[in-house]
Amino acid sequence: MTLSLNPSESLQPQGWLRYLSFSTDHKVIGLQYLVCGFLFYLIGGALAGAIRTELVTPISDFLPRETYNEVLTLHGTVMIFLWIVPVVNGAFGNYLIPFYVGARDMAFPRLNAVAFWLIPPAGLLLISSYFVTGAAQSGWTAYPPLSITTPATGQIIWILSVLLLGGSSIFGGINFIATILKLRRPGLGLMQLPMYCWAMLGTSILVVLSTPVLAGTLVLLSFDIIAHTGFFNPALGGNAVVYQHLFWFYSHPAVYIMVLPAFGLVSEILPVHARKPLFGYTTMVYSIMAIVFLGLIVWAHHMFTSGTPPWMRLFFTIATAFIAVPTGIKFFNWLATLWGGKISLNTAMLFCCGFIVNFVFGGITGVALAQVPFDIHVHDTYFVVGHFHYIVYGGTVFVIFASIYHWYPKVTGRLLNEPLGQLHFWLTFVGFNLCFAPQHWLGLNGMPRRVAEYDPQFTLINQFSSAGALLMAISTFPFLINVVMSASNGAPAGDNPWNALTPEWLTSSPPPVENWHGEPPLVHEPYGYGVTPGELSLEASSGRDLWNLGQGDQR
Amino acid sequence: MTSLQSESLSQHAGEAAHAEGHGDHRIFGLATFLVADGMTFAGFFAAYLTFRAVNPLPSGHNYELELLLPTLNTLLLLVSSFTFHRAGAALRRGNHPLCQRWLLLTAALGFSFLAGQMKEYFSLPFGLTDNLFASTFYAITGFHGLHVTLGGLMILIVWWQSREGGRISIDNQFPLEAAELYWHFVDGIWVILYGLLYLL
Repeated sequence: MTLSLNPSESLQPQGWLRYLSFSTDHKVIGLQYLVCGFLFYLIGGALAGAIRTELVTPISDFLPRETYNEVLTLHGTVMIFLWIVPVVNGAFGNYLIPFYVGARDMAFPRLNAVAFWLIPPAGLLLISSYFVTGAAQSGWTAYPPLSITTPATGQIIWILSVLLLGGSSIFGGINFIATILKLRRPGLGLMQLPMYCWAMLGTSILVVLSTPVLAGTLVLLSFDIIAHTGFFNPALGGNAVVYQHLFWFYSHPAVYIMVLPAFGLVSEILPVHARKPLFGYTTMVYSIMAIVFLGLIVWAHHMFTSGTPPWMRLFFTIATAFIAVPTGIKFFNWLATLWGGKISLNTAMLFCCGFIVNFVFGGITGVALAQVPFDIHVHDTYFVVGHFHYIVYGGTVFVIFASIYHWYPKVTGRLLNEPLGQLHFWLTFVGFNLCFAPQHWLGLNGMPRRVAEYDPQFTLINQFSSAGALLMAISTFPFLINVVMSASNGAPAGDNPWNALTPEWLTSSPPPVENWHGEPPLVHEPYGYGVTPGELSLEASSGRDLWNLGQGDQR
Repeated sequence: MTSLQSESLSQHAGEAAHAEGHGDHRIFGLATFLVADGMTFAGFFAAYLTFRAVNPLPSGHNYELELLLPTLNTLLLLVSSFTFHRAGAALRRGNHPLCQRWLLLTAALGFSFLAGQMKEYFSLPFGLTDNLFASTFYAITGFHGLHVTLGGLMILIVWWQSREGGRISIDNQFPLEAAELYWHFVDGIWVILYGLLYLL
């Protein structure tokens, strides 16, 4: 049945108001995640600015020590649970996955809206604790006994907030698994899905298996704080190391929950702007699934200094080193995708290249950290801070920006301004590396993390790092100006400005409410670039042919 | 076309599109959720076993528990899984009164289990904060008891909905199937819990 009017359009609020409503449209929810996440990114960034300002001088002068602890706890929690996880999963997953499987919405649209609307209250709860009662002070890891002995109210609010966000994450994961496995258009096989679907399937499996363990652990921790049980309190006969095991059983997979979707997004963006098929599709799929499996059995590499027995250290070192294999496969696949391609060095591509450079560096320091003797040397130093930010900022946040530049025309029908985009990229890239590369040196030389004061010998390097942070803060302005101005003044993009072949580009930009004008297209080869249509064996009704008929082949 | 006509046509088209493109995957979604829920219990069990392996209890405290009542409780839950299954079978034959009777029996068994659990709590020689085993015992059985309570309420709702002419019928078995799947899950978790906390 082909309709010219959009089916459920009249049932939902229109205009910008729908972004404040309990909308069940996956595209609206995707943008809600993105904008909400970005607002929290600005807050988390301001907190990071406060941290770097404090660390310009070796003494605690800008922030009192307890405030510093609150600020660093909020910074970590906001950035991980309110910016990266919701955006790289919820925002892009909700926007893209229904297009990629050829559906009109997610499998459970109302659950989807519930999952999103858990986030703003959880975030506001967390932020407001700073002003009302004092925020938690024990870092995003909330290790006991520290989290039991620091002021209780802030810690309990922190736990409540993370429980809400974990629930949101689990609901989202269930929705993605059901959508990818059950909602595929007839005729669309699993091995024909765009790579981001595989990344989100793997990520969602990790979410469903590991997030509940964190939730249960935090409930036990709250008992320790409120009811004075002794689960994790050695003073009462409990075991603090068990908390660490349970915490990292979630929080190591959480790194993959933040990074795997970014791998998927890069796999979508690179082929389009290099005009080449994604290299090694099958190995990519198996690599993702290998990372999911290995990601679940490496958690104790965060605990080499927690009195872990030698056999455990050996096992977790080896398992961790193994993860470098599937990750390396993915990187060589991306390089092979670029090799000999007709590369457009636009902003989306630049951010992807920045991602590759940064993540390789963060990956190598990660393999180094998996080695017990080295890890013991740099444990709880700035080396770990540097490594972690190379993964989540240099990796995932770069990909989030690449994705915004790539899909902005899809969402708005207008292009972002290229010169402003390039300015944004170079400021971010230089600022990021200036901020975090020196931290490896600081850590190797013994500067501990999470303290407001440090040895004066580290002053100069810390000032370099803070200068980098300032550049990163400045880089936000060209981006904000670009995003706001281009929404009304950007060059019209047409339906498919990049001549891309993945299904989301085979409908109008911005897309209609239920995504497709008529039947969803069947795309057997989402990465069939650089091949003339005649060489491809496709059904006559495939989306590619529809697109060729409508647009003319400009490849 | 008036806006009213347009709306009814849109609604119709929307439903048609959903019926065609969005099959009913709610049981699949629930099963995925139960995997997640099961992982919460897995975390608790892992913590309990580790505590037990590495944290000795203070002298004078031990892991001994009275077995009679929890064993009876185990039987109650096992039988309730069977009675719930019979309720579903009765519904599929279109026999609403019989289905309702089996459901009521299931709910009665579930709430008897909770009463037994209460009785056990009040007869135990230790309180929540007495030692690590006591805390773990109350946390795990309490979390499971919360599941039984929610399940019991669900059964009562499903019981009401499966009356003749109610929401549940041969054509719409989902609420009953969902509650049944959940109930079997809660039952299965109890069997593991019983083995680990009472028998081990």
